[in-house]
Amino acid sequence: MIWAAVLAGSLGTYLLKLVGYLLPASVLEHASVRRVAGLLPVALLAALVAVQTFASGQALVIDARLAGVLVAIGALLLRAPFLVVVLAAAASAALLRAAGVAA
Amino acid sequence: MADALSPGLAAGQGRRITRDALGIGIATGAYALSFGAISVAIGLDPLQTQALSLLMFTGASQFALVGVLGAGGGLVAAVLTAWLLGARNGLYALSLAPVLRPRGLAKVTTAQFTIDETTAMALAHPDPPAAARAAFWRTGLAIYVLWNIGTLVGALGAAAIADPAMLGLDAAIPAGFIALLWPRLVDRTMWAVAIAGAVVALALTPLLRPGLPVLAAGLVALAASWLLGRRE
Repeated sequence: MIWAAVLAGSLGTYLLKLVGYLLPASVLEHASVRRVAGLLPVALLAALVAVQTFASGQALVIDARLAGVLVAIGALLLRAPFLVVVLAAAASAALLRAAGVAA
Repeated sequence: MADALSPGLAAGQGRRITRDALGIGIATGAYALSFGAISVAIGLDPLQTQALSLLMFTGASQFALVGVLGAGGGLVAAVLTAWLLGARNGLYALSLAPVLRPRGLAKVTTAQFTIDETTAMALAHPDPPAAARAAFWRTGLAIYVLWNIGTLVGALGAAAIADPAMLGLDAAIPAGFIALLWPRLVDRTMWAVAIAGAVVALALTPLLRPGLPVLAAGLVALAASWLLGRRE
C-alpha cells in the first residue's frame, strides 16, 4: 500500500516537472499562475508545521514537539544550517522527555 | 582558458559554479540524512524511502508524503499533498525552458532535475547560456548523488534504532518543514498566507481525517491569490 503512494506520488511530481517544458512559455504571462505557484508551498508548509507540531490523530495537544519547534525557530534566527535546525529540535524534545518534563 | 567540461565557459566561472554546486549538494545531503531517518521512523522501509529520493527527488514533497502517512492521513491525502507541493517545479520548468532549451528526449532528463536549488543556480548564471546549463547540471548531479547517499545513511541509521520517538524524531518533522518554509517568508503577504494556512489546518484537525486539514490549507493559497488579483 505504501508502495502505491510512493509510486503514484513520484509519477505525479515528475509529470508536473515535465509539463513545464512542454507548455508554451506564454503560460508564465498569467499572473495568477505565478501567484498560486508561489503561495501554495507557503500555505501547505505552514499547515504541515502546525499539524505536525500540535496534532495527535484528530486531537490537538501540546507536548515536547512544541519545544522542539521553538528551538528550531531559534536556530533559524541564528542562521543555523538545516541539519543543525533539525537535530536541535529532535535533541531538545528528547531531553525534555528524558527529564520527564514533557510527554 | 576554457572550462574542462563545458568549452563555452571560462575556467574561472566553471570552477566557481562547481564549488557552489558541491556546497549546495553537501547541504541538501545533510537534509537527506534527516529525511531518511524520519521516513523509516514513520514506518516506510529503507527501500521505499530510497525509492522516494531516487524517483520523486523533490524534498518538500517527499517530506510531506511521509509526514501525512505518518500522521495517519491515508494514501490519497499523502499523494495529493506531495503533488500540490511539487506543482511549483512545473513553474520552474517554464522559467528554465528558454534558458536551458532542452530538445526532444533531453526534456525528459532535464525535468527530473528541475527543483528549487537547480533553478536558483541556473537563473543566477544566465550568461553565457553554457554557464546556466553548467550551473543547472552540476548542481543537479551533486544534489542527486548526495541526496541519495544521505537518504540511504539516514534510513539505515534509523532502522538500527529501537525507539525513534525517544530521540525526538517526531519533533524533527515539523522542524524540517519550518526550515523549508523559513526562506519563503519574504514579505507580509507570505507571512499572512502562512499564518492563515496554519490556523485553517489546526481548526479543521478535530473535524476532518488526518491529512485533509493540510490539503484544505491549500485553498488558502487559492483564496489569497484571488484576493491579490482583485487588488491589482
